[in-house]
Amino acid sequence: MLTAVPISWYLTLSAVLFALGVAGFLFRRNVITVFMSIELMLNAVNLSFVTFSYHNKTNDGHLFTFFVMVVAAAEAAVGLAIILTVFKNKGTLNIDEVDSMKN
Amino acid sequence: MDAIFDSFIIVSIIKALVIFAVLMTTLAYLQWVERKVIAHVQVRPGPYRVGPHGLLQPLADVIKLITKEDLVPPYVNKVFYLAAPFLAITMALLSISVIPFGPIITVGPVRTWMQMTDLNIGVLFVLAASSMGVYGIALAGWASNNKYSLLGGLRSSAQMISYELPMSLAIAAPLLISNTLSLRDLVETQAGGFWHWNLVGGGQVVSFIIFIIAAFAETNRVPFDLPEAENELVAGFHTEYSSMKFASFFMAEYANMITVSAMATLLFLGGWMAPWPVEYGSSFVPPLIFAFFGLVLLYHGKQAVRKWDKITFPAFGIIFLVIAAIFLIPMVQGWLLPLFWFLAKTGAILFVFIWIRATLPRFRYDQLMAFTWKGLFPVAMLNLLITAFLVALRTK
Amino acid sequence: MDVILFLVFALIAVACAINVVVQTHPISSAISLVGVMGSLAILYLLLGAEFIAAAQVIVYAGAIMVLFVFVIMLLNAGAESRKGRSYTVQLIGVPLLIAFLGLLAFFVQGMSGRETVVFGGFQKGSPRDIGQALFTTYLLPFEVTSLLILIAIVGAIVLARKEID
Repeated sequence: MLTAVPISWYLTLSAVLFALGVAGFLFRRNVITVFMSIELMLNAVNLSFVTFSYHNKTNDGHLFTFFVMVVAAAEAAVGLAIILTVFKNKGTLNIDEVDSMKN
Repeated sequence: MDAIFDSFIIVSIIKALVIFAVLMTTLAYLQWVERKVIAHVQVRPGPYRVGPHGLLQPLADVIKLITKEDLVPPYVNKVFYLAAPFLAITMALLSISVIPFGPIITVGPVRTWMQMTDLNIGVLFVLAASSMGVYGIALAGWASNNKYSLLGGLRSSAQMISYELPMSLAIAAPLLISNTLSLRDLVETQAGGFWHWNLVGGGQVVSFIIFIIAAFAETNRVPFDLPEAENELVAGFHTEYSSMKFASFFMAEYANMITVSAMATLLFLGGWMAPWPVEYGSSFVPPLIFAFFGLVLLYHGKQAVRKWDKITFPAFGIIFLVIAAIFLIPMVQGWLLPLFWFLAKTGAILFVFIWIRATLPRFRYDQLMAFTWKGLFPVAMLNLLITAFLVALRTK
Repeated sequence: MDVILFLVFALIAVACAINVVVQTHPISSAISLVGVMGSLAILYLLLGAEFIAAAQVIVYAGAIMVLFVFVIMLLNAGAESRKGRSYTVQLIGVPLLIAFLGLLAFFVQGMSGRETVVFGGFQKGSPRDIGQALFTTYLLPFEVTSLLILIAIVGAIVLARKEID
């Protein structure tokens, strides 16, 4: 039986999570859920970074993950503020209904 | 290989069970201590009838809470309503698992540390567990489907995450001096005597004060307990909870109190280290303290006013004298003395928690938030900068 | 032991991720996402990244997701309605997704050879090593991201404040 986990399993898990994030981003219509799918994609990429850092025996991947987390925090703050403003003006959280710039 | 594996697992399980049992008893009796101290501050006896001086009151409370009707209102969101107290108490108990109570001890054939596990990121683990504890309160407030609970839950969570910032900065300053994140090594760097403690020798007085103030807010204690104040918001986020779930929230609050007091002891007051080295007689201080209180109790027992006290005071006096004698046995001194110092320091900080609850009024919510963002956070940042500057100068 | 831990927490991560996408109420999605982040933190510990695991729980699961939960509670977001969903999109999309994943997994397997992840195989993930790299090699990104956080704070306050009439 297997005694250790092959590194490709971690990369496959990262790909699965990323694909699920893309599916959520494309199929859901509640803007907060779409935003959470973006966070899911960022987490999948973080896992990929840390795995490759293990593979190359260096901690540069960890540093990149750290910066991705920091940027995700800043983006979440500003993004949620924008969502609050859109909700105040349009009264809905459904992205299909925010279409006042459509022809 | 298998033998080491097995004994490690068995020793860990035994340690976990011992710590869990002691912690649960301490939580129950911490409530007794709180009620007694607040009562004596307000010049009244406190719990007195159930057992001698109310010592069986926590048992009565536990029986009452277990046998109360466990009501789940029909209008709540069942999944989150049931998950919230579970989350709260799990995260509160998780942080106790990395706290060191003493040095290496030898029990029979096993040599082990008086700590469930030592992580080299121990401080970060405790911070992570307290960050996750916010979810229990936020979800409880939201799932109860009740205006007061929602407001209480939101206010409490906002307060907890706002005060996490000055707390983390206040933790970072003694970490610069001790140069390690592992809680066991943190205590080892403060060995030698009270002039090595981070509070005295490291000069971290401002960090200590900021940490204690932030700890009050993190655990929702007076003067920061607006989210669960009874005359403001009915009962805040635990309005709709009854029986064991309500008890879980209370246990989580007291467990958080014990965790932050233990962290203050480890970071600033030297953990389980004695205030001056053993060669100069510090191992006689605990027996002296216990013997003194035993004699005081025997003296008062002779002239007791109430009938039962003629029996209970001398009984407790004799128990204290026996404990003082136990402290002089060299075989148990190896683990009993460090445990005594750790519990004494943590107990002193818990007493300050209870003392302040009996004394101060509570802050209004906007005063509370303004205090952290405009007052505590800049002071904590400045303190960290100055500490970093002084550490860099010292190592030049 | 490593294999059991990896399988358990990878399954929990995938189940919670599917829950994020499938659930109608945003709060259920948010708590499932917290579950994903928790399991990923354990996987980071298996990969020797202890500082990143702690940072993931403290920053991502303990602060960013709390922000999401706050906004959902403040906006009183209800469950999404089912009308307007086209089933043809899902009928074509899900098999395409699975085919894409299969292709990706095949190429990933071919790329990485026989290397295995052993707990304790990577020693440079401690806070000391991360701190040394952060303040020497990566000093410029560090300073730039602190400026970025300042911009984000000012932007969020300006966007979300109440107008004083």
